[in-house]
Amino acid sequence: MEQPLELESDDDLTDSEESVYSGLEDSGSDSTNSSAGEEEEDEEEREEHGNGAAPEVKGAPRKSKALGADPPPKDSEGLSVPDEYEEDSSDEEDIRNTVGNIPMEWYQDFPHIGYDLEGKRIYKPIRNKDELDKFLEKMENPDYWRTVQDKMTGADIKLTDEQVDLVHRLQKGQFGDVHFNPYEPAIDFFTHEVMIHPVTNRPADKRSFIPSLIEKEKVSKLVHAIKMGWIKPRKPKEDTPTYYDLWAHEDPNSILGRHKMHVPAPKMKLPGHEESYNPPPEYLLSEEEKLAWEQQEPAERRLNFVPQQYRCLRAVPAYPRFIHERFERCLDLYLCPRQRKMRVNVDPEDLIPKLPKPRDLQPFPTTQALVYRGHSSLVRCLSVSPSGQWLASGSDDGTVRFWEVCTARCMKTLPVGGVVKSIAWNPNPTVCLVAICVEQSVLLVNPCLGDKLLYGATDQVLESYVPPEEERVQPVQWVTATSEEHSRGIRLTVQHSKALKQVTWHGKGDYFATVVADNSNMQVLIHQTSKRWSQNPFRKSKGLVQCVLFHPIRPYFFVATQRYVRVYNLLKQELTKKLMANCKWVSSMAIHPAGDNVICGSYDSKLAWFDLDLSTRPYQLLRHHRKALRSVAFHKHYPLFASGSDDGTVIVCHGMVYNDLLQNPLLVPVKVLKGHALTLDLGVLDVIFHPTQPWVFSSGADGTVRLYT
Amino acid sequence: MGGLEKKKYQRGSATNYITRNKARKKLQLSLPDFRRLCILKGIYPHEPKHKKKVNKGSTAARTFYLLKDIKFLLHEPIVNKFREYKIFVRKLRKAYGKSEWGTAERLKDNKPTYKLDHIVKERYPTFVDALRDLDDALSMCFLFSTFPRTGKCHVQTIQLCRRLAVEFLNYVIASRSLRKVFLSIKGIYYQAEVLGQPITWITPYAFAHDHPTDVDYRVMATFTEFYTTLLGFVNFRLYHSLNLHYPPKIDGQAEVELKPAEGKEYAMDSESYLEKLSALSASLARVVAPTQEDDVEMDEFPVEGETAEQMDARRKEQEALEKHKKLFEGLRFFLNREVPREPLAFIIRCFGGQVSWDKSLCIGATYDVSDPSITHQIVDRPQVEQQVVGRYYLQPQWVFDSVNAKLCLPVADYFPGVLLPPHLSPFVTEQEGDYIPPEKLKLLAMQRGEDPGEESEEEEEEEEEEDDNDKEEEEEEEDESEKEEEMKLKKMEEQKTQSNKALPVKVTAGKVRLEDKQRLEQEQQSEEKRLAIMMMKKREKYLYKKIMFGKKRKIREANKLAAKRKAHDTAMKEEKKKTKKARHA
Repeated sequence: MEQPLELESDDDLTDSEESVYSGLEDSGSDSTNSSAGEEEEDEEEREEHGNGAAPEVKGAPRKSKALGADPPPKDSEGLSVPDEYEEDSSDEEDIRNTVGNIPMEWYQDFPHIGYDLEGKRIYKPIRNKDELDKFLEKMENPDYWRTVQDKMTGADIKLTDEQVDLVHRLQKGQFGDVHFNPYEPAIDFFTHEVMIHPVTNRPADKRSFIPSLIEKEKVSKLVHAIKMGWIKPRKPKEDTPTYYDLWAHEDPNSILGRHKMHVPAPKMKLPGHEESYNPPPEYLLSEEEKLAWEQQEPAERRLNFVPQQYRCLRAVPAYPRFIHERFERCLDLYLCPRQRKMRVNVDPEDLIPKLPKPRDLQPFPTTQALVYRGHSSLVRCLSVSPSGQWLASGSDDGTVRFWEVCTARCMKTLPVGGVVKSIAWNPNPTVCLVAICVEQSVLLVNPCLGDKLLYGATDQVLESYVPPEEERVQPVQWVTATSEEHSRGIRLTVQHSKALKQVTWHGKGDYFATVVADNSNMQVLIHQTSKRWSQNPFRKSKGLVQCVLFHPIRPYFFVATQRYVRVYNLLKQELTKKLMANCKWVSSMAIHPAGDNVICGSYDSKLAWFDLDLSTRPYQLLRHHRKALRSVAFHKHYPLFASGSDDGTVIVCHGMVYNDLLQNPLLVPVKVLKGHALTLDLGVLDVIFHPTQPWVFSSGADGTVRLYT
Repeated sequence: MGGLEKKKYQRGSATNYITRNKARKKLQLSLPDFRRLCILKGIYPHEPKHKKKVNKGSTAARTFYLLKDIKFLLHEPIVNKFREYKIFVRKLRKAYGKSEWGTAERLKDNKPTYKLDHIVKERYPTFVDALRDLDDALSMCFLFSTFPRTGKCHVQTIQLCRRLAVEFLNYVIASRSLRKVFLSIKGIYYQAEVLGQPITWITPYAFAHDHPTDVDYRVMATFTEFYTTLLGFVNFRLYHSLNLHYPPKIDGQAEVELKPAEGKEYAMDSESYLEKLSALSASLARVVAPTQEDDVEMDEFPVEGETAEQMDARRKEQEALEKHKKLFEGLRFFLNREVPREPLAFIIRCFGGQVSWDKSLCIGATYDVSDPSITHQIVDRPQVEQQVVGRYYLQPQWVFDSVNAKLCLPVADYFPGVLLPPHLSPFVTEQEGDYIPPEKLKLLAMQRGEDPGEESEEEEEEEEEEDDNDKEEEEEEEDESEKEEEMKLKKMEEQKTQSNKALPVKVTAGKVRLEDKQRLEQEQQSEEKRLAIMMMKKREKYLYKKIMFGKKRKIREANKLAAKRKAHDTAMKEEKKKTKKARHA
C-alpha cells in the first residue's frame, strides 16, 4: 500500500504528472452514489492520514491540496531517503479489487464485481439507464467523450485533461512523458580514443607476471624440432613466375612431339571482307539471305555471324559471342580428333583421260539422216537384210513393216495380229527369210523383196521339204502356212506352248534359236529350218534367260541370264565359260564379229565389255548412259559398237580389237546420237548397224525408226 | 599353312590406338584431371584411318588417342602433382571439417604447385615452333586481361595475362613488326611478323563482358595457365633478341617525363609501373645503349639458281618493308577521348609515329591538344567545333586503312562526319576468278603508283565495272556453253522433225546457213571433252565432278557479289541524281 502513496508524494514533488491513481480518485468522486467507491476513498484517506498527510477537504482536487497544504514534510522526506524504487512504480496495479488479473466476464452474472482488501464484495454500480437516458446523457453531458468505464470496478470514469493528452500522445506514437527528449546528445561512454589508464581498476593477475610453463614446453619442443631439422622455417613464396631463356640450347633435330604422327593444330581462319565493321555493301546480307541464315542450323552456316555495317568506329558494339568463340577454339584444340588429309591439288583437266580424237576414228555415224515413220506404237525390234537394202521393223501395233533403207519408203506392211517381240533377218544372203516372234509362235516370212530369183529360190527350198518317215516327238509344232497366209508372205509357223521373247539366226542361216518367256528348262529351243526340226538343248534351267546368240564362226552358243553369260560348246555339249557381268540385270548382248569379244547391256545402265581371252570378268564397264540400256550392237566390219538406252540416246563407240593378243581393245566413245523422243519413259528400244555402211538404225518408243549416217 | 593362328585385333592399327576411357584407366586419373593433362601436354585424339578395325569391329562412336601419346603421359611428373593436389584438397577439407584452422593454414601454405616450363620446352623444341603456335596464346591472354578482377578466375591470372600482353605489345612496338590490322565486328585483328612467322591475334573491343553461362571457364583457365607460361618465355626470348631488359624497363628519359606532376599519386607503385608500361607511349630501356649506326646494311648473298630478276624483286620487297615500317615517322598524333586509345596508340607507335592523348584519359600523355606540332588528330565524332589550323582531323579508320595499304591514304575520305569508304580485310588475297571489290582494285592501283585524279577515278571505276561484266559474261558463257549447245541441238532436231512432218506435202526452199567455223570448232571440242569425261574411271569422275562443282560454286558466288554491287551502285547513282535535281530545283 505504501508504494502508490510514495509515488503520489513524488508526483507532488515533481509536479509533473498525476498518477492514474489520482485520476481514479477524481472519477470516484464523480460517482457519488456508489457506496463502495466512498468506502474506498475513505480508506485511502485514512492511510494518507497514517502517512502524515492531512487533507482538509474530501473530494477536492489533489493537486492543489498537495501543493497548497504540506510541502515541508514531503521535501524533507525526499531529501533524506533516496527512493530506490523510484523507477519501478506500477501504475497498472489496481488494488481496490483483489480478484487479480482475470477476465471480468466471470463476474457477469453476479451483482458484485470482486472483493476489496477486507474481503467485502464490491458491488457493481446500478445501471438503470436505458437507451434514451444514454442518449440524453450523451447530448447533455459535455464530458461524455472522456468518460470511460472501469472494468475492474464497473464505474464510469471521467478522464482528466492530462490523461486525454497522454492518450493522444500514445496514439501518435510519441513518448508518454512530455518532457522526455528522444534526441538527447549521445555520450561517448566507450570512446575510440586510446586511454592511458585501464577502464577497470582491477589489479593484474599473478599469472601475467610469471612465464607460462605450458608455453615454455611447447616452444622448447619446436626449438628442438627446428634444431633437429624436423621443421623447416617457412620459405617466402614467390608467386610471380620467373622466366628465363628456355630455348638457350635448342635442338632442332629433337622430334617435334613424340612421334611422326603429330599433327600441328590448324590455325584459325583469317577474317574476310564480310567481317569488317564497315564492309563493302555487296557483302551485307539481303533480307532473304538473313532469313535463310536464321533458319539454318548453327553448324551449317557458312558464316557464324551476320555481316553488319556501322557508320563509325564509335558505334561498334561488343561482340556477344567472343568468349564463346574462344571457348570453341579451346574445345577444338583438345577434343577434336585430328587426321592428316591429303588435299587434292589436281588440275581437273589432268584427270580427263587422253583419248584419240573422234575425228581420227572416222567413219562413224554422226548425224541423223532418215526417219522411218509409219508405226503407230513403239517399235520394239529391227532387222536389216544381209544385203543392206531392206529394213524390217516390228512394233507393238501388231504389224511388221519392211522399209527400203535408202529412201525410207515402207515397202510392205504385214499385220501379224500381235505384239512383235523380236525379228531377225536370215543372215544367209542366198535366202530371203525373216523370222518374226509373235506371241507364242515364230513366223518365217518371205518378204518377197529384192531379187525375184532369190526369194523364189527361198520358197523352193522351203517347199522341197520332205517329212521324215517316222514322226519324232518335238517340243513345238511346225505348221505350214495356209494359202491366205502364203499370199501375205508367211511360209511357216513354229508354234510354241508359251509366249516368245527372242529369235536369233545362226550365221549359216539354217538354224535359229528362240527364247521362251518362262522359267522352265524349255526356255531355249534350237530349230532347224530345212528339217523342220526343233530340240531343247538344256536339261535344266539355269535362271531366267534374257537372250541367246550363236557365235558367228565357231560352234558356240551364248546364253545370257540375269547376271551371267554362259558360253556352251554345241559340239561337245558342255559349258565352256561363264562370264560374270557385274551388273544386276542383263538386257541385251552382242558378239564381236571376230567372236572374241562380247558386250552386254544391262538395265542398271552399264555396258560390260568382255574379252573372252582375257577373263570372265568385264574388261571394261562403261557407264555412259543415264538410264537402262535396251540394246547393244556391233558393226560387222567397222570397229564400232552402239548402245541404245531409255534416256533416248544412242551412243556410238569405237571398239578396236587388235589381232595382237597382247594389246587390249581400245574403247573410245565417239558420238552421242539424240533424236528419239521419250514416251512412256522409254527411249531407244533397239539399235542395229547397217551390214556394210557405218550407219546405225535405232527404233524408239515414239514409233519411229531413225537412221544415223 | 601351319603356325599359330593369328588373333584378330592384336596387331596392326588396332594396337596403335587406345580409347579415352582405357587411357584414363591406364593413367589412373579422373576425367577432369585427364582433360587438364591433355590440355597442358597438347595431346589430342586421332582419327584412325580404318575406324572399324581400330574399334575391334564395332562401329560405335569413340574417341581414340594414340597409344604412344598415352604411354608418354605415364612418365609425366605433373601427373603426380595432380595426385598430390587431390590429397591436399582432401586434407584441407578434413581440417575445415574439424575446425582445425591452424592445420588448414599450414596446409594452405604448403599447397602443391607445379611448373609448366618443361612442358613448354617439350611441346616446342625450337623457338620457331613456339612462335608458330602463338596465335591462340595471344588471343586468349588478351581476352583474359579484359576480364573483371572478380569472379570468373583468379585475379593473379588476369593480372599476369595483362602484364604479358602489354609486354608483347611493347615488343612489337620496339621491333616494329606489326604488319596488318583489321577492325572486324568481333574485335580488332592484328598481324605481326616475328622472325618470319606471321602471328595473328584478336582483341575484343573494350566493353564489359556479358559472361555466358554455357562456357566452361575451367577449361579456358587451364589453357590460359599453359599459354601464360609459353608467352612469358617467348617474351623473355624476344626481349633479349632486341637487347631489351626483361622484365621491361621504361627508358630513363621517358620515365622522367612520365612521372605524374604535382606529386599526385597515380596508383600504387606496383600497379603504376604496369600502367605506365601499358600506356605504350614510352620506349623501353636497352641493355646496351643503341648506337646510331645500328641499321647495318644487310649483305646480300645471291642464292643459287636465283635470277637477277628474282633478286631485284627481293630487294624491292625489302625496301617496301622498310618503308612500311616507317609509315608514320615524323607524324604527331593526338587521340581524342572517344577514340579507343590502346589499339590506336599501339598501331601508331608501331609505325614510328608519336602519339599523345588527354592527360585525364590515361597516364603517359606526352603533349597537349594545343601543341602546334600535332599533324593528325584522331576524332570520332560527327563534327569538331574548334578546329586548329595546321592539322588534319581524321576518323580512326584512316590509321587502319593506311597501315593496310602500306601508304598514307588521301585524307579527304576520312574527315569527321564523312561517310567512310568500306574497310577491307587485309587478310584476303584474291586469286584469279575471285570477286575483288572495286575499292580493293582502286587500292591496288594506288599501290602500283598510279595516282588517278578523282574524275579519272570514276571513269576507271566504270571501266572496271565493264571489265567485271565482261568477265562475268565469259564465265557465264563457259557455264552455259554446254547447255546452249544442247539447246541448239534440240532446236535443230525440232526443226528437222517439223520439216519431216511436213514432208509428205511440200518441200520448203532451203536456206543457206552460214557456218560459224569458230563456233563449230568450239562445239566439237566441248563434245570431245564430254566424251572423254564419259570414259573416266569412277573415282576420277567423282573427283572431277567435285572439283568442278566447287569451281562453279565459286564463280556463282563471285557473280552474285558483283551483281549485288552493281545493283547497289546504280541505286546510289540514282539517289545522287535525285538529290542533285532536288538541289537544282
